[in-house]
Amino acid sequence: MASKLTRSDRAGWLMALPGAGLIATFIILPFFLAFAFSLTNQRLASPNPTEYVGFENYRDLLGLSIFTLEPERNEAGDVLVDDDGQIEYPRLRKFTRNNPDYPKLQGKREWFSWQSGENRTVVLASDVVFMKALVNTITFVLVVAPVQAGLALVLALLINQKLRGISLFRAVYFMPVVVSIVVVSILWQFIYSPGDGLLNNVLSGLTFGAFQPRDWLGETSTALGAIIAMSVWQGVGFHMVIWLSGLQTISPTLYEAAEIEGSSKWQVFRYVTWPGLRNTAILILIVITMQAFALFAQIDVMTQGGPLDSTQVLVFQAVERGYGKQDISGGSTISVILFVIVLCISLLQRWLTRERN
Amino acid sequence: MADVILKGIKKSYGSVEVIKGVDIDIKDGEFVVFVGPSGCGKSTVLRMIAGLEDITDGTLEIGGKIVNEVPASKRGIAMVFQSYAIFPHMTVRENMAFGLTIAGASKAEKDEKVAEAARILKMEHLLDRRPSQLSGGQRQRVAIGRAIVRKPEVFLFDEPLSNLDAALRLDMRIEIGKLHKSLGATMVYVTHDQVEAMTLADKIVVLKDGYVQQMGAPMDLYHRPENLFVAGFIGAPSMNFLDVEVIGKEGDTAKVRSDLVAEFAAPAWREDIPTSGRAILGVRPQDLRPVDSNGLLSGHVTLAERLGIETVVDVALKDGTRVICSLAEDRVFEPGQPIHLDFDHKRAHLFAPERGGHQAAA
Ligand SMILES: Nc1ncnc2c1ncn2[C@@H]1O[C@H](COP(=O)(O)OP(=O)(O)OP(=O)(O)O)[C@@H](O)[C@H]1O
Ligand SMILES: [Mg+2]
Repeated sequence: MASKLTRSDRAGWLMALPGAGLIATFIILPFFLAFAFSLTNQRLASPNPTEYVGFENYRDLLGLSIFTLEPERNEAGDVLVDDDGQIEYPRLRKFTRNNPDYPKLQGKREWFSWQSGENRTVVLASDVVFMKALVNTITFVLVVAPVQAGLALVLALLINQKLRGISLFRAVYFMPVVVSIVVVSILWQFIYSPGDGLLNNVLSGLTFGAFQPRDWLGETSTALGAIIAMSVWQGVGFHMVIWLSGLQTISPTLYEAAEIEGSSKWQVFRYVTWPGLRNTAILILIVITMQAFALFAQIDVMTQGGPLDSTQVLVFQAVERGYGKQDISGGSTISVILFVIVLCISLLQRWLTRERN
Repeated sequence: MADVILKGIKKSYGSVEVIKGVDIDIKDGEFVVFVGPSGCGKSTVLRMIAGLEDITDGTLEIGGKIVNEVPASKRGIAMVFQSYAIFPHMTVRENMAFGLTIAGASKAEKDEKVAEAARILKMEHLLDRRPSQLSGGQRQRVAIGRAIVRKPEVFLFDEPLSNLDAALRLDMRIEIGKLHKSLGATMVYVTHDQVEAMTLADKIVVLKDGYVQQMGAPMDLYHRPENLFVAGFIGAPSMNFLDVEVIGKEGDTAKVRSDLVAEFAAPAWREDIPTSGRAILGVRPQDLRPVDSNGLLSGHVTLAERLGIETVVDVALKDGTRVICSLAEDRVFEPGQPIHLDFDHKRAHLFAPERGGHQAAA
């Protein structure tokens, strides 16, 4: 078999070239470009020359300050209270707009605040929308990763049986995966649509009319949840298939050995199935995490980040800035931050799930 | 105390019947070996005894109780699989204690029983390793250890040694034999390997096509095979078969001859042997010996294999029929050399002709 072709270094490199070239052009190069852009003030189209700005983009995105507001007091030092009995505070703008005494607060805006005694502690962010996107993305990942992986595992366990017509179920569960996410998003908009939408109808049907129809995607309290539910549904079939392939690598004689020893269903899962799925579990967790961080299409189609930024996420922000606002450097910066986050999480997951002896 | 009694056991997969009515009586403490060609249903019978397969028809008794509907774990059996079936993520100790873990036994009890099994199998030094750090033979020892820890009444082995190399197989075979003597448990053992069957078994069960062909002590099967299949299956190289004509039968002997075989009186104790007409003569290769002249058979050598301890000679008779002769000595034969073969008449076997011819059976 060892012909001259298979031993020649040059032939090997030549054959690797097309694939390596494509990866370099479309993955590696853009990655370095994004990093380079994030250090400049590059715009999509601009008459002004591009300038190197260092880490200013990162400061503009990540800048955070904590500031304690003290109540307004009268001459006697008493706290001023407005007509509704609320404590009156100086306006934040006094500190954040051209106030030489507070250079750190310059240009920042209120993200959230809490009351502590008479004082009000305010967290200010240079970019409140980015911060909301960051929090929403992390929430999305934290909910979707375990829920989707767990649900997919349950489905895989149910489907991994020899029953009549089981392949029909496999096909049904897998179907959402092959439908484009854009199409799925549009379909789910009908499900979620306010008033007479499918979900509202079903819920009021089940509760005999007691349920008040809601605007699932239009209310800040339900919009992100609605997107999470739909995303879990869409992706669960794919991960079910991966679990299934993991399940099928477990030797049936291990199950028989466990059966002879008198294991209950749960013990079989605990001692045979789950340990046998270790590597699959690591793979699935990492894949779901990465996919979840890349959340974009659903947002783009269904909510555009709204209402009131309650469904803003990182990739949507990156695209919105880069192309919507023509701020390529800002979009690139978000991409790089996203990359670093995903990298850290993957490394952490690998470390946590490493083989221990 | 556990006898295992199979009565009219049948097994069908859908409409395909693989076990077609099997009666086997296994006494307490007996070592029974199932042999038979691949696909004859050995594993299926064993797995029905284990409770891993449902019994389609018939009754299975273990220790005096009918256990057809009793789950595997309650039958008092332990099984050792060909593929070991040890859990890769557990240490040897955890593997051996698995049944106790499942039953919720205390750590002290586990340690004690595992230590005892490890002592019996001389593998105390392996207890903290993982299966990936063990050789095939050591893995099978772990599987046997796990079976011992269960203290079963009946051990079931499904080709436990067939993944091991020849030398290791010999070691493990001796080990299993010893284990049987020291534990005194009933053992049922499936194998392809004749030597394993002959050396380990108190009783061999020969299966073919879902039926028991013959059941008995190894030497019974060797010396008094009841039919062509058993005769051809037991013994290596397998028995030579020649078509002959019965020209007279008297009591337990029959005069036979053919174009290839000179006339002689063969033992004819098998019931279905005709008083005249076609029959099949069987002679073991080890019973044939070359003579200078006047042998019952003659032909020429086509091939001689010298194995040192024996010489296997492939002989073509006049019409090209092949006969194998195995001599317990090292002797040189030239291909093409004429040869005369003779055998002790009393050691010949005579069988009734079978439909479809004996070639298919052998
Ligand atoms: N799950 C099954 N479904 C259908 N047929 C089966 C099934 N399991 C076994 N069989 C059939 O039953 C027959 C007996 O199989 P079995 O495994 O008992 O053979 P065996 O004697 O153990 O063979 P081997 O020596 O190759 O292990 C075979 O013809 C096989 O094809
Ligand atoms: Mg088998």
